[in-house]
Amino acid sequence: MTGRVGRRAAYEQAQRRRAIVIAVTSTTIAIVALVVLVPRAPGWDKVRQAFFDGDVFVDSFPRLLSAFWLDVKILLWSTPLILVVALIVALARSARSPALFPVKALAVVYTDVFRGIPVILLVFLIGFGVPALGLSREWANPVIWGTVTLVLSYSAYVAEIIRGGIDGVHESQRAAARSLGMSNRQTMSTVVLPQAFRSIVPPMMNSFVSLQKDVALVSLIGPVEILRQAGIDKAKYANFTPYVAASLIFLAITIPCTRLADHMLARERRRTGATAIS
Amino acid sequence: MSSEAVISAPNANSSGLPLLRLRDVCKSFGSAVVLDGIDLDVEAGDVITLIGASGSGKSTLLRCINLLEPVDDGTILLDGVDIAEPGLDPDPIRRRIGMIFQSFNLFPHMSVTDNVAIGPRKVLGVDKSTARREALELLTRLGLAARADAYPDQLSGGQQQRVAIARSLAMRPEVMLLDEITSALDPELIGEVLDVVRGLKADGMTMLFATHEMAFAREISDRVCFLHRGQILEEGPPSQIFGEPTEPRTREFLQRVIDSGRL
Repeated sequence: MTGRVGRRAAYEQAQRRRAIVIAVTSTTIAIVALVVLVPRAPGWDKVRQAFFDGDVFVDSFPRLLSAFWLDVKILLWSTPLILVVALIVALARSARSPALFPVKALAVVYTDVFRGIPVILLVFLIGFGVPALGLSREWANPVIWGTVTLVLSYSAYVAEIIRGGIDGVHESQRAAARSLGMSNRQTMSTVVLPQAFRSIVPPMMNSFVSLQKDVALVSLIGPVEILRQAGIDKAKYANFTPYVAASLIFLAITIPCTRLADHMLARERRRTGATAIS
Repeated sequence: MSSEAVISAPNANSSGLPLLRLRDVCKSFGSAVVLDGIDLDVEAGDVITLIGASGSGKSTLLRCINLLEPVDDGTILLDGVDIAEPGLDPDPIRRRIGMIFQSFNLFPHMSVTDNVAIGPRKVLGVDKSTARREALELLTRLGLAARADAYPDQLSGGQQQRVAIARSLAMRPEVMLLDEITSALDPELIGEVLDVVRGLKADGMTMLFATHEMAFAREISDRVCFLHRGQILEEGPPSQIFGEPTEPRTREFLQRVIDSGRL
């Protein structure tokens, strides 16, 4: 076998060369077009001043970065809470005992409602509605209710991902565990969930990336996190560059997470032996 | 502890009744009647094979005995206690009954040793190191010691099925239900699994064995039951069932098996 270049290998090598040529050519054309054509647009000078002002960028960047710390804190609080709430909801939805029907129904209503309302509306409803109940000062903090909103909304999505993972574990695995005398709970914790979690990590990573961006919605009810800070700086300089700076800060964390999610997805696909069909 | 003791079943019989007694067991899925009044006695140490066409109820009967399917009517006495009683907690009963599945159903996220040790650990409360040591003894006895750290999908089908048998034996079941355990195997791998079943019989294990391996059924059975449309049409020693069946439908079934070259 070794050393012999078969017809298939020769063909695939030619295909690869062709693909490289196409990719390099089209990328070059696109970049040249951007660099040459965009500056020729009639409004380019105005756009460059309004969005890519170096002085404004340097001046506002540290403030944006420190405001971003609030986004990170909200993210770090909400992520574990989402996992816990989502797991509880998913287990409730997967309950089989007829006695647990009310719990199951409640879980269905919860996921339907919170997946059916835009996150931005939930932020307004909960962020303004709950503190209006007359909570004491420390509990009326919009950061808390913004975080609660994200937890409630994302738990509904993540619960569905987990439920999909649970349903994806073949019924015969339950039969095997139960035939050993394991209880329903032991079957779930030692056999079903460990297998479910392997398959749901990649989609959960995607939800996590969305969450990183949606944290900015909390700014709508008051807290000065990065989006609001960028708005303040925009007003201060009468310049949009802070928005570009904020976007770059978001990209610095979302791109690594997206790559990681893709990597995990590819690894999962390899592990389950599924091959890509060209 | 000798390795013999790991495998042999506790066949003490306190009730004076057969180890397993089925009376008028009925089961339907919707309008389809799958078990239509099954009567069967299994004495401790018996090896009973269930033969019959696909859909005759063999698998469902085994799943009902293991309470994986609730029976609609009738009684299943295990050591004199009716385990078909609705509302009974099935877990303590299932741990006394071993079950081997056609498709092995090993836990893919656990090593071979953990597959075997998990039942005693979780269900019997055996500590981890003891459970793993006993698992390794069982695996050694079944010729699988070299694969103890492998994962199920790294094994051949025959090896996987032997691990599944070890997993069931680790619970020291009083009776084992074998549901077409060689049907998913390549022909050259069937022998190693059947050898394990021969070993179990030699150790005195009580077994109910649904199978399409007629030659093996003839060799190993104390009694053979021919199932047809959810009923045991004919029951007797293998020499009678395979030699001079009285029921025309048994003869018909065996003739079809002979024609297809499987006997």
